[in-house]
Amino acid sequence: MRHIISILMENEAGALSRVAGLFSARGYNIESLTVAPTEDPSLSRMTLVTRGTEAVIEQITKQLNKLIDVVKLLDLTEGPHIEREMMLIKIKALGNEQREEIKRLADIFRGHIIDVTDSSYVIELTGTGEKIDGFIQALDSKTILEVVRSGVSGIARGEKSLKV
Amino acid sequence: MELTGAEILVRCLKDEGVKYVFGYPGGAVLHIYDALYKQDDVQHILVRHEQGAAHAADGYARSTGKPGVVLVTSGPGATNAVTGIATAYMDSIPLVIITGQVATPAIGSDAFQEVDSVGITRPCVKHNFLVKDVKDLATTIKKAFYIATTGRPGPVVVDVPKDVTAHKTDYAYPKSVALRSYKPVVEGHPGQIKKAVEIILAAKRPMIYSGGGVILGEASESLTEFTRLLGYPITNTLMGLGAYPATDKQFIGMLGMHGTYEANMAMHDCDALIAIGARFDDRVVGKVELFSPGSKKIHIDIDPASISKSVRVDVPIVGSVGNVLKEMIKLIKTAKKRPDTAALKSWWKQIDEWRTKDCLRYDHKSKLIKPQYVLETLYKLTKGDAFITSDVGQHQMWAAQFYKFDKPRRWINSGGLGTMGFGLPSAMGVQLAHPKSTVCCVTGEASIIMCIQELSTCKQYGLPIKIINLNNRYMGMVRQWQEFFYKGRYSHSYMDALPDFVKLAESFGHVGMKIEKPADVEPALKEALKLKDRLVFMDFITDQTENVYPMIEAGKAHNQMHLSPERELA
Repeated sequence: MRHIISILMENEAGALSRVAGLFSARGYNIESLTVAPTEDPSLSRMTLVTRGTEAVIEQITKQLNKLIDVVKLLDLTEGPHIEREMMLIKIKALGNEQREEIKRLADIFRGHIIDVTDSSYVIELTGTGEKIDGFIQALDSKTILEVVRSGVSGIARGEKSLKV
Repeated sequence: MELTGAEILVRCLKDEGVKYVFGYPGGAVLHIYDALYKQDDVQHILVRHEQGAAHAADGYARSTGKPGVVLVTSGPGATNAVTGIATAYMDSIPLVIITGQVATPAIGSDAFQEVDSVGITRPCVKHNFLVKDVKDLATTIKKAFYIATTGRPGPVVVDVPKDVTAHKTDYAYPKSVALRSYKPVVEGHPGQIKKAVEIILAAKRPMIYSGGGVILGEASESLTEFTRLLGYPITNTLMGLGAYPATDKQFIGMLGMHGTYEANMAMHDCDALIAIGARFDDRVVGKVELFSPGSKKIHIDIDPASISKSVRVDVPIVGSVGNVLKEMIKLIKTAKKRPDTAALKSWWKQIDEWRTKDCLRYDHKSKLIKPQYVLETLYKLTKGDAFITSDVGQHQMWAAQFYKFDKPRRWINSGGLGTMGFGLPSAMGVQLAHPKSTVCCVTGEASIIMCIQELSTCKQYGLPIKIINLNNRYMGMVRQWQEFFYKGRYSHSYMDALPDFVKLAESFGHVGMKIEKPADVEPALKEALKLKDRLVFMDFITDQTENVYPMIEAGKAHNQMHLSPERELA
């Protein structure tokens, strides 16, 4: 099962390497990992996507909690939640027909063209991983020059919040 | 008044109540060594290799319950200590290790004697710190002691760059420290405790399985009261020996790969398993799927991550074992339900029948010295009251089987990491902590060589350790596995260039003895134990072919033990 784990941790040097090291040392896999400071600069918020059996996920959350720098964590997939990922994609865009087609496709997926040259577009697209995959599949793979994905960020729905 | 970082560090140790620091000087820690020189409160013990410093501090910690303190320089000083740090980590021993570091502007420049100590030690410490500002030093040291000694204990490394030890600031040692991200749970959940007590009192074939957590949590008295109150059989893990008196009739021996027949059979057949401060290690459990298949399992542990890590349990209780046991004792005393005496009687009858296998019996008539005989005699002569440290291998298992520990903190061995070389340096820490007590290091000729340089430290500080070297001219446990599982191809397990241990000991200024006949074992041990102020190195030339029994092969069940050849025929 795929799980999205949100972690609130001390914003200290080396905190990220403790998490990454834990995953490699214990053989857990990381599908994606994002991290940035929160409104309180002493805290970082990490969103980690992983896969495993219930027993493995239980161990992952326990081992993460055991890290001294981890203040709190929440398995978002245990309740209703929102996940978002952002992609920046550079696409070859030559000729009116192709340029129109790409723009139409970007509109359908609610993406924005944020950089234009006479031969390329950069499109910004936000959504679930599935939506982003869908957009990539809808494009002609030969036209894709570069893909940058942020990895998943997530938050619980409703009033439930991960706070100190 | 402003102090330098080095002075602050030493003052912190003094204010923390540290008596001994085990260490080795070097460039990055010279300011600290200068500060040590100028005071008498904290005594520095100079080892001969940084691994020895970590093991010595570890032995000090295991035998006293207080944190051990290590001071080493940057680079090789730190990397040499890593084996000792990992050893302490695996057995949850509280250590504070101060590693020197190159000056902050040089960090990351591949400077002389620079390594990323925080990075290297990260997977084998409870936590670690790099102190970049002298203003943070005192608080960081306080945090290090706090983290090392609370919850599930463990080693904490504090990496201190050289310039930080030279910078000055005002000194104030915090009385206490609180971390929002670290709050170990010590009180067990009352609902879970109640559920557990119901299972415990309803059991027909109960079994208590307790581990090192009981010793770390200072809960031996509570465990003994709990066990006697119920009248249930109890087994201890290798790390838990001494937590319950081994000479008590309810004690049925150590369990696991080299545990007793009765303990392993009872583990397999019980209907309620009460795990207390034990972590279901693979050497205890064997094959998870076949482990104690018919039992309801209760697990008390201070570390939530220990629970259901390998074996799923029915009633987990997170908390300090002492607190939880006290709560359980209260509930059991006031409960209407009583243990089922009829069922318990027939369970004990079964266990006593297993006991008649006499699974530890060995050949007493041999013309060669049997290692078990040496340990039995040592036990008899020291009246079971010595501190025993050990290295790793056959001798370690025999010591665990044949020396009956009635008190906690008397049995000092590297259980989790299995570190050869641990025995002698750890004995130094034990002897310093208990100067009047008999401290014996049970070892083998392969293990002892790994930290033999510490004989020099023993001389310098007059540590009268008794080294019991069970010399079979093999890496015995490796040889045993090669005999069993590799058709006797003794690949590189033979020690055919051994030193003359008597002369070796003498060259370090100690007493050496070589014992070659069974009849000489007792007189030699008596003589050695009489030499109260000398280190005696006893080189016992033992039977090369002796194996440790019983034995459960890795990946087998508890009821699939090998017994010694004569017992399997019986």
